[in-house]
Amino acid sequence: MEAVLRGIRLVGDRTLRIVERIGATAVFLAVTLMYSGTSLQRFGLVIREVFYAGVQSLIIILVSGLFVGMVLGLQGYETLQNYGSAQSVGVLVALSLARELGPVVSALLFASRAGSAITAEIGLMKATEQLSAMEMMAVNPMARVVAPRFWGGVLSLPLLAMLFSTLGIIGGYLVAVVILGVDSGAFWSQMQAAVDFRHDILNGIIKSLVFGVAVCAIATFEGYEAPPTAEGVSGATTRTVVSSSLAILALDLLLTAFMMKGWD
Amino acid sequence: MNRSVLNFWVGLFVLMGFFSFLTLAFKVGNLGSEGSGHTYTLLAHFNNIGQLKERAPVRSAGVLVGRVKSVRFDPVHYNALVKMDIDSQYHFPLDTSAAVLTSGILGEQYIGLDAGGDDKMLKDGGEIKLVQGAMVLEQLIGQFLYNKAQDTTADSKGGKQK
Repeated sequence: MEAVLRGIRLVGDRTLRIVERIGATAVFLAVTLMYSGTSLQRFGLVIREVFYAGVQSLIIILVSGLFVGMVLGLQGYETLQNYGSAQSVGVLVALSLARELGPVVSALLFASRAGSAITAEIGLMKATEQLSAMEMMAVNPMARVVAPRFWGGVLSLPLLAMLFSTLGIIGGYLVAVVILGVDSGAFWSQMQAAVDFRHDILNGIIKSLVFGVAVCAIATFEGYEAPPTAEGVSGATTRTVVSSSLAILALDLLLTAFMMKGWD
Repeated sequence: MNRSVLNFWVGLFVLMGFFSFLTLAFKVGNLGSEGSGHTYTLLAHFNNIGQLKERAPVRSAGVLVGRVKSVRFDPVHYNALVKMDIDSQYHFPLDTSAAVLTSGILGEQYIGLDAGGDDKMLKDGGEIKLVQGAMVLEQLIGQFLYNKAQDTTADSKGGKQK
């Protein structure tokens, strides 16, 4: 009996901790937005972070996009050929990339490539007491360190997601049209007939914007709240990747459900 | 890092992102090929719409002229009320007929418009009176079997008379 009670308490404790963590992240996000004024005035700080978060993630995003598109083209062709509609492979590649894979996979890659770096950087700044030093000089670290990193990431992710989708479609084109010999005209025209700008492409961009906010809020929060030790920073970096990946997938389900039903 | 190098790379990144947005919008999506963007609404009552969905194409002579805006059940007439957004550069005579058709055997369903010969044109919110609903496979087969059975009974009766 005692063991059962302890088990239930353990579940309750874990749940409460998760809820507390989500709440604290949301409060941290609100505080970040409150102190964003400075980073928008000194836009150079944000540009620097766009470079570290966005430009340096370009290689992994572009290469993964190309390969994902190629695999989609290959798999789609294999299956669609059985039904005599191999030309529809363009529709398959474009819709799955623009709606789901582009935003989601690039956000996952972004979380592990840039989100972890943001957490580690802020966590180490805290561990080496640079943040405290800033406060001593009456510089608010939320405005000087956190907000530029947040906005740099939020601006980068939609661009990266669009590049991922574009490269994926090019990869699908290379495999389906150039290698497997699907008709090029049918490939593009069926794609254009099936892909709607507002329902598919714009919704995909909205998704990546939401993922960007989630990933950057989690990454900056974990870094800022990391225990100021080597162990603490490493734990925080791991938590950033795990929780932002879970957040991306959960938010994706919610957003997809809303978008399929229609906002209006 | 040198400020100008940094600006260069970020600028290149943003331009690449913008270019891919344009590619997605115009090459992959249908922005630009969707006509003028201004539309007007036409209505039609169908006894059966089959699998017709919102945003299904509306074609006339095979050319895309609009899209289905909404499909609702009409509780007054007990049939389906379909609203269509038609590109405002196309106008159709009052006696235009509409039919729910299927592209290919397994393809999507769309609405086909056949222009009539009337002088007056359908206005915004106008209703298409001449309609033909979707073919339902079960009904077609049922009808075929029924006709077949009638034919055979007619034949056997005819045989006796001879």
